[in-house]
Amino acid sequence: MIRVVLPSHLRALARTGFEVEIEVQGSLTQRSVLDALEARYPMLCGTIRDHVTKQRRPFLRFFACEEDLTHEAPDTPLPDAVASGAEPLYIIGAIAGG
Amino acid sequence: MSKVRVLVGTRKGAFILSSDGKRENWQVSGPHFAGWEIYHMKGSPADPNRIYASQTSGWFGQIVQRSDDGGKTWIQPGTPPSEPTSRPEGMPKGESNKFVYDVSPTTGKPLTTHQWYDGTQHPWEFKRVWHFEPSPNDPDTVYAGVEDAALFRSTDGGKSWHELSGLRGHGTGPKWQPGAGGMCLHTIILDSQDPKKIYIAISAAGAFRSNDGGSTWTPINKGLYSQYIPDPHAEVGHCVHHVAMHKSRPNVLFMQKHWDVMRSDNSGDSWQEVSGNLPTDFGFVIDVHAHDPETIYVVPIKSDGEHFPPDGKLRVYRSRTGGNEWEALTKGLPQSHCYVNVLREAMAVDSLDKCGVYFGTTGGQVYLSADAGDIWKPIVHDLPAVLSVEVQTLP
Repeated sequence: MIRVVLPSHLRALARTGFEVEIEVQGSLTQRSVLDALEARYPMLCGTIRDHVTKQRRPFLRFFACEEDLTHEAPDTPLPDAVASGAEPLYIIGAIAGG
Repeated sequence: MSKVRVLVGTRKGAFILSSDGKRENWQVSGPHFAGWEIYHMKGSPADPNRIYASQTSGWFGQIVQRSDDGGKTWIQPGTPPSEPTSRPEGMPKGESNKFVYDVSPTTGKPLTTHQWYDGTQHPWEFKRVWHFEPSPNDPDTVYAGVEDAALFRSTDGGKSWHELSGLRGHGTGPKWQPGAGGMCLHTIILDSQDPKKIYIAISAAGAFRSNDGGSTWTPINKGLYSQYIPDPHAEVGHCVHHVAMHKSRPNVLFMQKHWDVMRSDNSGDSWQEVSGNLPTDFGFVIDVHAHDPETIYVVPIKSDGEHFPPDGKLRVYRSRTGGNEWEALTKGLPQSHCYVNVLREAMAVDSLDKCGVYFGTTGGQVYLSADAGDIWKPIVHDLPAVLSVEVQTLP
């Protein structure tokens, strides 16, 4: 099972806790994780990426294993630690300081 | 005794204010959807317990919410809590926030761009729903005015949405441009006497009318004068802030334009200015008394550069003559050091015997006058900035 940490507003929408576990078929990439996440929680469709273009919404970012994966290609494999379930994939709403 | 329910959308959630017909003691429910912007909520005239809400966020986009019990509980249409969240056949749900522009060859091809702030052409991009207008007859039919400006309709209670693309197909789309708040379709008026007639308004394109249920559209901006655009008399390009109509007299429209308060007596075919003795004719809201179609209300705002009331005095202006002659209504409203704004969706009236008038401010106050504007008092005064106010008069 793959672990995904959602921002608090999306947890409320999906009626989940801090972290969700989902099963992902095939290779483990941003795209396959988001496909599986939206299939399990269809109310999240359109909230993380565009319904049609599948482009990431501009103010959301993806992190795992203390690395910013936001700008990796959607089909780039995610780290092994995410695949094994040792580490979660974080979906984070960008926050501006100041 | 009749009751009233006030639906308040704010920058940080939705609030529902309820009272009996005396409108003296209020129950406040909320925040619903805490932390999200609620651009608009509106109840169905055909089933007042059916309420649609536009929940939106710069981070997470658009969510459509629906209540079938007067705002006690909410669902995303198509994803009720009692049903599983996914089905073997694929993705049947989660469609309620899917607003996809028509790109078909017949209608989509010429509609791919509008004017951007710098004058270049820019593709249409969906951002949010500004306004829901439920059908007067069918609780499952509801119209949505969206940014970037377009009109959508759902006939299944908000589960799925389809663009009425004839509006953008009118051909003037490349001349539409965003106002400071974005290029939004914010006003939808359904003529209760002629179900085929629909009025909409866009900032900054102008007002449009359909006589055939939304298939084809005509710009209705003759008489508008906007000195800040290249051709002040242009067919489109005017920054219309809001339009109101009394349902008993559907040919008469009142408009608060960016500057100028306007009136049409022929369904929008032509407009005359009725700003009269207003201290400034800039503003956002305009509404009509529930029982007197010649009594109208505006809240003058100093200017487009200073979005607050003139002289720091919050004043509603009432005309009992359909415009031109205005009186300031000040009793109960702050008359010094007041620098709030009243946004375009943030005024509404109830239909009790003594018409109640309501408006919300960016300072978080919702004011009520239970006597058609003579005396005002706040129902609440510390909400987040108010984006919209709608009122339901219930049996």
